[in-house]
Amino acid sequence: MNRLGFAILATLALGGPTAALAQEVLTIGVRSEAATLDPHWTQLSADLQLQEHIFEHLVDLDSASQPAPGLALSWAPINDTTWEFKLRQGVTWHDGEAFNADDVIYSFDRLKAGIEGATASPAFQLAKGGKVWTKVDDYTIHITTEGPYPTMAEDLAMIPIVAQHVVPGKTPSVDFNSGAAAIGTGPFVFKEFSPGNRIVVAKNPNWWGGDPGWDEVVFRPVGEDSARLAALLNGDVDMIDYPPTVDLPQLEANENFRVSTIASDRLIYMMPSYRHIEPYITANDGSPMMNPLRDWRVRKALSLAINRDAIRDRIMGGAALPTRNIVPPGFFGYVEDLQPDAYDVEAAKALLAEAGYADGFRMTIHGPNDRYINDARIVEAVAQFWTQIGITTEVDTMPRAVFFSDLIRGGADSFAGFNSPKFSMSLTGWGTVAGEATYTVSGILETYNAATGGGNGNFGRYSNPSIDAKSVLAKQTIDRDARLALLQDATRWGMEDYSLIPLHFQVNKWAMKAGLEHFPRTNERTLATEVKRVD
Amino acid sequence: MAEFILRRILQALLVLFVMTVLVFFGIHVIGNPVDLFASSECTKACLDEIMVNLGLDRPVWQQYLIFLGNLAEGDLGRSFTHGVPAMSLIWERFPATLELAVAALVLALGIGLPLGFYAGLRPESILSKVIMALSMIGFSVPIFWIGLILILTFSVYLGWLPAIGRGELVSVLGLEVSFLTLDGLRHLAMPAFTLSLLMMSMVIRLTRAGLREVMTSDYIRFARANGVPEYRVLGWHAMKNLLIPIVTVLGMEFGGVIAFAVVTESIFSWPGVGKMLIDAISVLDRPLIVAYLIFVVTMFVLLNLVIDILYSLLDPRVRLGAGAV
Repeated sequence: MNRLGFAILATLALGGPTAALAQEVLTIGVRSEAATLDPHWTQLSADLQLQEHIFEHLVDLDSASQPAPGLALSWAPINDTTWEFKLRQGVTWHDGEAFNADDVIYSFDRLKAGIEGATASPAFQLAKGGKVWTKVDDYTIHITTEGPYPTMAEDLAMIPIVAQHVVPGKTPSVDFNSGAAAIGTGPFVFKEFSPGNRIVVAKNPNWWGGDPGWDEVVFRPVGEDSARLAALLNGDVDMIDYPPTVDLPQLEANENFRVSTIASDRLIYMMPSYRHIEPYITANDGSPMMNPLRDWRVRKALSLAINRDAIRDRIMGGAALPTRNIVPPGFFGYVEDLQPDAYDVEAAKALLAEAGYADGFRMTIHGPNDRYINDARIVEAVAQFWTQIGITTEVDTMPRAVFFSDLIRGGADSFAGFNSPKFSMSLTGWGTVAGEATYTVSGILETYNAATGGGNGNFGRYSNPSIDAKSVLAKQTIDRDARLALLQDATRWGMEDYSLIPLHFQVNKWAMKAGLEHFPRTNERTLATEVKRVD
Repeated sequence: MAEFILRRILQALLVLFVMTVLVFFGIHVIGNPVDLFASSECTKACLDEIMVNLGLDRPVWQQYLIFLGNLAEGDLGRSFTHGVPAMSLIWERFPATLELAVAALVLALGIGLPLGFYAGLRPESILSKVIMALSMIGFSVPIFWIGLILILTFSVYLGWLPAIGRGELVSVLGLEVSFLTLDGLRHLAMPAFTLSLLMMSMVIRLTRAGLREVMTSDYIRFARANGVPEYRVLGWHAMKNLLIPIVTVLGMEFGGVIAFAVVTESIFSWPGVGKMLIDAISVLDRPLIVAYLIFVVTMFVLLNLVIDILYSLLDPRVRLGAGAV
């Protein structure tokens, strides 16, 4: 027995280091597990993050979420309604077949035809603007739209390209998870998908982008925050996403580990509702009252009453960027001179008095408790700040599975076909995935319009015709300078009217062994190609 | 026996039916899954399209009838997020949970029985009191806390055991198991121990109480008077009577351990069905949740049947005839 034990130990001791030398393996502990490798199946970020290692898009997003050449080398509008995309030549699929325009056309067609049972395909990106695609030659594609369409590259950065010679006849999702259809052009090749335990991808030696840096990348889902941290500390994994914010100071002080940081594109904000009577707002004696949030002075008072620096330091462990913008610095549409409101209780009280609410009122605010970093604690803090200026604020937080449905359509309809939120004031977030503000302005500042998709995330139903005009025009303006001016104007007007009350951009952190260096990206994804060994 | 089993199966079908009604309608009260899946840029038209695609645009009772129809054909539906038949997902992960539960059961009996025996034989000794105090702690301290303390101690400080996941797998008769490899055992140790604590405490207390009662009974005295050796008195005659309550309680508990290993599996990232359930609930993957609950109810019913049969083997006084239900 003892001898056997020794033999095992000896093999381990000898086998370990040699194996490590031969193979560069990166093991990443991730918070959420990918459920499918079919890139056209869902829009859940855990899925997209993993799929990005295998499948690619015509347009890449660089680490600041700006468009960069992907499977397309270049693109340009050839007239008001047509974009021309020139594809990269010499790219091969993981099985050796050559990539060309047919694959792109097939991918678009697959999405347009719809995939039975798919929960949320990116097909809506193709439907926007009424896109029609044609193959010109093997490496040229034309996409026409109903009107001028400036954000073509950003849209196509969301559409993964699958192989025409592989996917037809395969079962969506199932055959991707088994590996049979998981054949892409990306830096890594499918190797193993063991649900709940590990997903392994291996280096694609023929990748057009060169050496992806790792022979093998292992993703291990560890949903429990402290367990994920423990796995990093004891060496089960080399790197983790979303390290628990309470442990950040110790991690940052520990020389065996390293923390990478970047402000993300996810805006966290308080969203007022604009009905004349709000269900969760009453006078101090509990009687109904006209909605005070319709007065911009009240909204400004609420904003001034929030100490954003305290939220950053006390709740977020420093991992927040207080803001008054709707897209982060560096994004197209960011407005430099909009700086976060300074904490000023006296000014807030004065504004309330001026609006006729010197004695305050009662309000219940809502938020999710498992969606954004420390979301429930932020809502509690905001409630305390508002109580300080005389608005008796209560808090109700709930799991996202309940929260978002109520937020989007939980309330009694004010008008037919005009879904209204259940809440009167709630904490929510908005991610600007494509690195530019067009769809952020349209999504959260424009008036809700089911037909055009305007105000898609504007659940409070704020409505301001002058912002709408700018936003609608921006969606059709190809000239970048003109569009920038429109977006900045719309943002400035929205913020000066306090249509919503921005708190901060989440700052994302990753923790890893000291021997690694990570170049993080704003869109929250963890990509193995952005991790390098430095020792 | 045959009549008994048949009746049990009919009862089970009724239970299953009631359960599907409760689960199906209950789950439709909570949120709308599409709001979680879809990108925030998805417009009203796009949301509606997804609803149609998933069949969520129909009234709930219609969805339920469709579900029942599929169920009759043995189809429990397809997971929204995975896009894979729900049952195949459950089967894929079930071996991991089963292995964890069996390992916990083995630990509970392997450690619990001897300790309980000792405490029952020498109730006044200090060691017995320590054992009983520990069993009390095992009952009352939350699993979650114990799991994290174990990870902190054995993975982070001592570095002996891995903190997450399941180890190297070996295929035995088509079943993937990890307890046959050293790596697998190292991964299994902490979660199995954590999961076994409650059962172990129960075994200790049941054994001790049972033993103290049995030792004073007449048949033990007669056995001793007959000159039966002590090890046989304890290990055979006393043991047989002791096991009846233990089998009953563990049988029930075992079902619970399988069904609700959720907490342990989440802490240790064990790739079992419990962890899958949690993930499914958080994104409202309705077909998967419903399929899992049906699976669990079926399992409970079967387990109860097995316990009844075991019972009759252990205790000839229990007959599985018309009188016993």
